[in-house]
Amino acid sequence: MAELTRREISQQDYERVQSSTEFGELRKRFRAFAFPMTVVFLVWYLLYVLMSAYATDFMSTKVLGNINVGLIFGLLQFVSTFVITAMYVRHSNKNTDPIADELRAQLEGDAAGARLEKGAKNA
Amino acid sequence: MPETPGEPVLNIAIFGAFVVLTLFITFRASRNNSTAADYYAAGRSFTGTQNGTAIAGDYLSAASFLGIAGAIAVNGYDGFLFSIGFLVAWLVALLLVAELLRNTGRFTMADVLSFRMRQGPVRMAAATSTLVVSIFYLLAQMAGAGGLVALLLGVSGAVAESAVVFVVGALMIAYVLIGGMRGTTWVQIVKATLLIIGALVMTVLVLAKFNFNLSSLLGSAAEAGSELEPGAAYGLNGTTKLDFISLALALVLGTAGLPHVLMRFYTVPTSKDARKSVVWAIWLIGGFYLLSLVLGYGAGALVGPETILASPGAVNSAAPLLAYELGGTILLGVISAVAFATILAVVAGLTITASASFAHDIYATVLKKGARTETSERDEVRVARITAVVIGAIAIVLGILVLRAGINIAFLVALAFAIAASANLPTILYTLFWKRFTTQGAVWSIYGGLIICVGLIIFSPVVSGDPAAVFPDTDFAWFPLKNPGLVSIPAAFLLGYLGSIMSKEKPNEAKYAELEVRSLTGAGAEAAVRH
Repeated sequence: MAELTRREISQQDYERVQSSTEFGELRKRFRAFAFPMTVVFLVWYLLYVLMSAYATDFMSTKVLGNINVGLIFGLLQFVSTFVITAMYVRHSNKNTDPIADELRAQLEGDAAGARLEKGAKNA
Repeated sequence: MPETPGEPVLNIAIFGAFVVLTLFITFRASRNNSTAADYYAAGRSFTGTQNGTAIAGDYLSAASFLGIAGAIAVNGYDGFLFSIGFLVAWLVALLLVAELLRNTGRFTMADVLSFRMRQGPVRMAAATSTLVVSIFYLLAQMAGAGGLVALLLGVSGAVAESAVVFVVGALMIAYVLIGGMRGTTWVQIVKATLLIIGALVMTVLVLAKFNFNLSSLLGSAAEAGSELEPGAAYGLNGTTKLDFISLALALVLGTAGLPHVLMRFYTVPTSKDARKSVVWAIWLIGGFYLLSLVLGYGAGALVGPETILASPGAVNSAAPLLAYELGGTILLGVISAVAFATILAVVAGLTITASASFAHDIYATVLKKGARTETSERDEVRVARITAVVIGAIAIVLGILVLRAGINIAFLVALAFAIAASANLPTILYTLFWKRFTTQGAVWSIYGGLIICVGLIIFSPVVSGDPAAVFPDTDFAWFPLKNPGLVSIPAAFLLGYLGSIMSKEKPNEAKYAELEVRSLTGAGAEAAVRH
């Protein structure tokens, strides 16, 4: 049953892992990408919104035929979203997944070990 | 143009075919629905790609299809903000929420929010805000169904329109009761595929009329009255500009707090699949919004804003009217059936979320004190099914009430986004990332955000004191902004902070250790159910 593994990892295990250097590194790598990047895309988005509201003359400047700066700026929001998505996937695959997988295997391996021991005692 | 474009009989036939197809799928998918993990989370057995498509299905609601196209056709550039805000918002979900939530929760948003806290008060608060957000969202979908029906069947009598809303509501209850999350997810996948193909075909047809020259499409749209420059809807004065910023904030911060979107992350086996789902959803949703830009300006150029506003479905009928203009009766029938399907599927997704939250959070945890046995779980699923019927009934009644209001559905959905961003997002982020967050902080932030946001909507020009308001003849609107996000979102963040630093209770550090380790490593996460 799916429920079993969850129970077996003890509170002490979690606290031990939380204070380990590997976990510290995982948290650092996760936050080092996610937090600044969130600031970047929010600022970039708000810049677009504020300029649409208050710099209407500039945003209405025609660039290519009827295509104006505002429209291009809006389309660039799509581009930046796609790019940040791809960057995040790359970052996770390369920098955080390996540590996360190892810690998970370690924790769930411990739990499986504890379960075996308990089983042996009962027998 | 005739009062009712197209053939009502043909429209109904195409729609009927979709219903038969999806009900068949739902029956096929319903064989394994005995446990709570099956009913709420489809046994966590969907792949990332499947779930990503279903997320796109959930997200590309009537608001995205009918609402955005209408907003761009009528308001031009200012309508474009909806698509950008709705899309960029996914980065919040991807970077900060999706995987961590999948790793720590089981079925509902409240699972994660109450993880480190005292269960009772936090679950109750989170379930309340889940119900409120879902019902607001339902309202928008029902308004869309009403508008579409008015346009397609030419029915304008209150009885006939109410009958159609009743049919939509009854069908959605059937999907949820029979199919559970698995059936609902399959309906979303089918519907998202049809919707994207439909939009793609229409986009190609629109562009073909302008020799695939975007600039000349924009030129004719501008001539017809769809503005290319910012300010048509929100550029009037200082207040409307603030309203634009308020709307923009609600859009970008709302997605990651929408309970029915969050619940989808539980239908995949691991957090890596949750990541894959979001990435796939971002591509599909972004692509769709690029198409809707062409559709919106296309409707402006080929149908014209005035004709759209004068039609029975008003601003929400831009896309179906454009379909009629491009491909006559058949395309109108197909596109309308797709739009109906969209509404039906999204409504089913919302219903299952709301009923899961009631049964799992309020009934099983708060009322039954969380005693977990084989029978209690079956009991919980039974309660969820009953709740689905009750919520279906509420949706039908509200749908009939809002039917005639004629408010843009994208705008209505934006109010649901504002509530989600105020009541849910601050607590989600604090829970995941702030060690000193406490039960009191969570409760203050959720109820505070909820009450401030809904309160400001009640006293806004959306409800009274405006010709386009729900009650145009009375005026108790002392709050000037139509979207309250600019005030309610920062207020909810502040309340979460103050509630925490002022609480006597110490934060539960041991539980935070568990949450942090589980969220980042996936250790101990709920695994897929094997049948």
